[in-house]
Amino acid sequence: MGISRRQFLQRGALAGAAIALSGKPGEASVDAPELRTKGLKTTTTICPFCSVGCGLIVHTKDGKVVNAEGDPQHPINQGALCPKGGALFQIANNENRLQKVKYRAPGSDRWEEKSWDWALDRIARRMKETRDRTFKKTELNKKDNKEYVVNRTDGMAFFGGAGLDNEECYLWSKFARAMGVGQLEHQARL
Amino acid sequence: MTNHWIDLKNSDVIFAIGCNPAENHPISFRWIEQALDSGAKLISVDPRYTRTSSKADIYAQIRPGTDIAFLGGMINYALQNNMIHEEYVREYTNATFIVSEQFDFQDGMFCAFDDQEKSYDLKSWAYATDADGRPKRDMGMKDPKCVYQLMKNHYKRYDVDTVCAITGTPKEDYLKVAKAFCATGRPDKAGTILYAMGITQSTHGSQNVRAVALLQMLLGNIGIAGGGVNALRGESNVQGSTDYGLLFHILPGYLKSPEFDNVDLKAYLEKWTPKTKDPKSANWWGNTPKYTVSLLKAWYGDNATPENDFCYDYLPKRMGNYSYVKIMEKMGKGELEGLVCMGMNPAVGGPDSVAARQALGKLKWLVTADLWETETSIFWKRPGVDPKSIQTEVFMLPAASSIEKEGSISNSGRWAQWRYAAVHPLGDSRSDLHIIDEFYKRIKALYLKEGGAFPEPITKLSWNYGTGHEPDVHLVAKEINGYFTKDMTIVDKDKTLEFKKGDQVPMFKYLQDDGSTVSGCWIYCGSYTKEGNQMARRDASDPTGLGLFPKWSWCWPVNRRIIYNRASVNPAGAPFNPKRPVIAWDPLEKKWKGDVPDGPWPPMKDDKEGKYPFIMLPEGHGRLYALDMKDGPFPEHYEPVESPTRNLLSRVQSNPVVKVPSNVSSDTGKFPIIGTTYRVTEHWQAGAMTRSLPWLVELVPDMFVELSETLARQKGIKQGDMVKVSTERGSIQARALVTSRLKPFNVQGKLIEQVGMPWHFGYAGLATGDSGNVLTPTVGCANTGIPEFKAFLCNIEKGGKAA
Repeated sequence: MGISRRQFLQRGALAGAAIALSGKPGEASVDAPELRTKGLKTTTTICPFCSVGCGLIVHTKDGKVVNAEGDPQHPINQGALCPKGGALFQIANNENRLQKVKYRAPGSDRWEEKSWDWALDRIARRMKETRDRTFKKTELNKKDNKEYVVNRTDGMAFFGGAGLDNEECYLWSKFARAMGVGQLEHQARL
Repeated sequence: MTNHWIDLKNSDVIFAIGCNPAENHPISFRWIEQALDSGAKLISVDPRYTRTSSKADIYAQIRPGTDIAFLGGMINYALQNNMIHEEYVREYTNATFIVSEQFDFQDGMFCAFDDQEKSYDLKSWAYATDADGRPKRDMGMKDPKCVYQLMKNHYKRYDVDTVCAITGTPKEDYLKVAKAFCATGRPDKAGTILYAMGITQSTHGSQNVRAVALLQMLLGNIGIAGGGVNALRGESNVQGSTDYGLLFHILPGYLKSPEFDNVDLKAYLEKWTPKTKDPKSANWWGNTPKYTVSLLKAWYGDNATPENDFCYDYLPKRMGNYSYVKIMEKMGKGELEGLVCMGMNPAVGGPDSVAARQALGKLKWLVTADLWETETSIFWKRPGVDPKSIQTEVFMLPAASSIEKEGSISNSGRWAQWRYAAVHPLGDSRSDLHIIDEFYKRIKALYLKEGGAFPEPITKLSWNYGTGHEPDVHLVAKEINGYFTKDMTIVDKDKTLEFKKGDQVPMFKYLQDDGSTVSGCWIYCGSYTKEGNQMARRDASDPTGLGLFPKWSWCWPVNRRIIYNRASVNPAGAPFNPKRPVIAWDPLEKKWKGDVPDGPWPPMKDDKEGKYPFIMLPEGHGRLYALDMKDGPFPEHYEPVESPTRNLLSRVQSNPVVKVPSNVSSDTGKFPIIGTTYRVTEHWQAGAMTRSLPWLVELVPDMFVELSETLARQKGIKQGDMVKVSTERGSIQARALVTSRLKPFNVQGKLIEQVGMPWHFGYAGLATGDSGNVLTPTVGCANTGIPEFKAFLCNIEKGGKAA
C-alpha cells in the first residue's frame, strides 16, 4: 500500500535533521528581499467565517489593507488558515463591496443612491408607523378566553445575525425587545 | 461545545457524525491530526465519503435521518457489553432515579399523547417523588422503573441487525464503530463526539443531540479532557448571537423570553426558577432572579426599580411560536409589514427558497445591512420576476466588514475573542453597531416628539454609550459584564469584599436580584472587569499542557474551558484519568487545581459542602432520561418526514409531535431518491461572503449536484452534464458531479440512491447558480423548529438549460 503521508513527513523530518547536523547553519542571502510587510501597521483579528475562531494579522499601509495572514501566535491556528480565511484580503479590497446606501422605491426596477440621513430617517419612520399600527397591548388566549397584556409589535420581524459582533448582538437584542418585537430570529434557527 | 477546539488533541477516539470538519472547520484538523499522531482513532459516519472520511480510520455509511437508530444501537452495544463507566453513570447521571408509575412506552409512542393536539403531557414522565418531594432513587439500578432499567429496555430494541437494516450501514463497519468508540467507556480513555448540521437539521434533531449526550454520559465522556458533546457551529459568531438571545424564545444569557401568562416579574420568576430540596444540588438556574433583574437594570437603568418590577412590563410577551419558518409563513400570507435583516440572507439560507422569495414580495418595507448585494436585498429583480409587480420598499445599507470595526466574537468553544479595526469602513459603509444605534436614537426622537403606541419601552430604555459617531464598544462590553449601581459589601465565605458604585462586577456569583447590579448577559460576567478587557488577552501559556490556554481571550462561564469538569473526578475529587487531569482536589490546600472548577465546592463526597457535577439541572445529575423534551424522554428512531421506506422499528412513521405540512411528499414513485445538502470549504453559508471573492470563485465557480456512479449510469448522466433535480417544493438545475463518494443505501434489500449538493449558491454576486434550498422542506424539529434540510426525497433527470 505504500507509506502514509504521516510516515513520509516523519521520515522527511528525520532526514532534514540529519542534513542540518552535517552542514553549516544557513545564512540569509544578501540578495534576499525584505518582507514587504516590514514596518507596516498591524492589527489582529479573528476570522469571520466558521466558528473555529482562527487568528489573523492584518497589515495596512496608507489606510488600506495590503495583507492578511494567519497569526502565528494564536494557539488554535498557529498561523494556518483555510482558503476562506486566507481570502480575507479580498473582503477588504473588492469592487463588489457595498459602499453607498441604496434605495428601491415600490415597483421600481433600479437602485437609487441615497444619503445615510435620508435612509435612516425614512427607516425610523417606517418602523414607527408599523409599530403604531400593529402594536398589541393585549391578546386573547383561546384556551381560557382571557385577555392578557402582551405589549407586542406583531407587524415586523427582525432577522440577524451570526456575523455580528457580540456587542452588536447585544444592542440588537436590547433594541428589538424595546420595540416590542417578539419575532426575532437568526441563522441559529436554521 | 462542552469542550473546545484544541482539546481534540486529548482524545483517544474522535467520532465525527453528521459533520465534516476537514471540509467545514479545516483548522480543527490540526488538533485532530495531533490526536491521531498520538495514536488516537478517527471515526467518520456520514451518508457520503467526505474529506473527513478520507482521513478516518473507520468510515461507516449512514442513511440521512437515521442517526438515532445508529446511536441507539451504540447505546445498546455499550450496555449489553458492559462498556459503560459504571461509577460515573451511577453517581453523576439520573440512571438511579425512579420514574413515575404512569410512564410507559409502546411500539413507538410514549404515554399520554393527545391525538388532537399531537402533543404529549410531559407531567406523566416526571420522576417518582418521596414525601419530601425529592426524586426516589435506587442506587443498585435494579428497580424496573429506574431510569437505567427503562433505558436498557428501550434500547434493547436497537440490536445491530435491526439498526443496520434501518441505517443501511454494512454490519461489519457498524461493529467496528461501536467497538472502537464504546471502548472509551474506560475511565482512562476519552472519546469525543463532534456533530453539526447532519445531526441537528432533522424533525428529530434535538433528540439526535440527546442521543449523542446519552451515549457520552454512559461512557463517562462529559467533563473530561478529550471528551464532550461538541457542536461544530457554522458561523464565526453564531455562538455569541445565540448567547445574546437573538431567538424568539430566549433573552441574553439563555433566560426565557416571557410568555403571556408570566403576568408580572413574580410570576415569571416563579415559573422559570427551578427549585430543589437537595442540598447537594447547586441548581445554578436557581439564580434566575439575579440574572433577570440585572438584565432589566442593564436595559432600563435607573428607571427600573423594585416598585415597577424593574420595568418587566415593558418586555413583549409571547403567545405562540415565532420561529423563522413561522415568520416566513406569516410573511407569505401578507401579514407582516416590515423586516429588518442585519447580515442574514433568508432568500438562500432558509428552506423552500421559492416561497421565501415570494414572501419577501409581500412586505411593505425591507431593510438589509450587508457587505454585498444578496439574493435577499435584490429579491425584487431576481430572474423570472417583473419588478413592477413588487411593491416592497427596500433599503440596502452598506455594512462594515469585521476588520473595519472593533468588538468581540465567540467561537464554538465559547472563547470570546476581541478583534480590532485595521482600517476605516470602506466607502460610506458603517458598522452594525452604528446602524442599530441610529435606528434606536431616531425612533426614540420620533416617539418623544409625536407619541404613539406605548412609547415607554423605547423612551425609557437606558442607552448610554458615549457621544461619539457610534457607541463606544467598550462601554457596551462593560454593560454586558455588568457593574454595581451602588456601593456594596459582599461577604463571600471568609472574605469580605467592598465594591464601589460603578465598579465592574468580577463574576456572576456577585450579581443581585435587588437592583444593585447591572449585567447585560450574566454568562459574560467576568469578561470585562476592573482588570480590563479579558477578551483581549494574548497570553499563550498553557500550564497544564492540556491546551486550555487559560489566559488567551476569555471564555464563558467564568473562563472555565471544559464545562461539567466536576464529572472528570470521582466523588472524592481524584481525576478518573490522572494522566489528563482537568481538575484535581488538593485536600491540603482545600481547593481545586487545573481548569476553573465547575463550582468551587469540595468534592461530591464531602457531607457538608459537596455538590453534584451537573450544576445546571435542578437535580444535579445528567439526564439520561429527559423531563422536558416535547417528543419523549428517550430518543426514539423515526423516519424523516420524506422517507423512502417505512419505519422498521415501530408503527409510528415519523415524529408524532411534528405536524406535517402540505408541501412534503413521500411518493417514491415521483421522488425515489434521497436528497441532502452540505457545504464546501471554499464557500460559506448563503454565499454572499465568498461568491464575490475571486480567489474562492476560482476554486469553486459553479453549483453542482453530486450523484453516484450507479445512478449516473441509470439516468445516462455524465460528469459535467446539466441535470435537473426536483422535489415537492421546486426544481433546480446544475452540473452533475459523478463520484464514488456516494453509494446507494441498502434499505431492506432494496438499493435507494441519494444525491447531495451544496446550498451556497444564488443569483447574486460574482459566481451565481441555483440555490439548493429551493428543494428543501420547511418541516422541522419538534423542539427547535430547525428544518429537515438533510433528508428529503427528490428526483434527478439529465437536461436543463446551461447555466
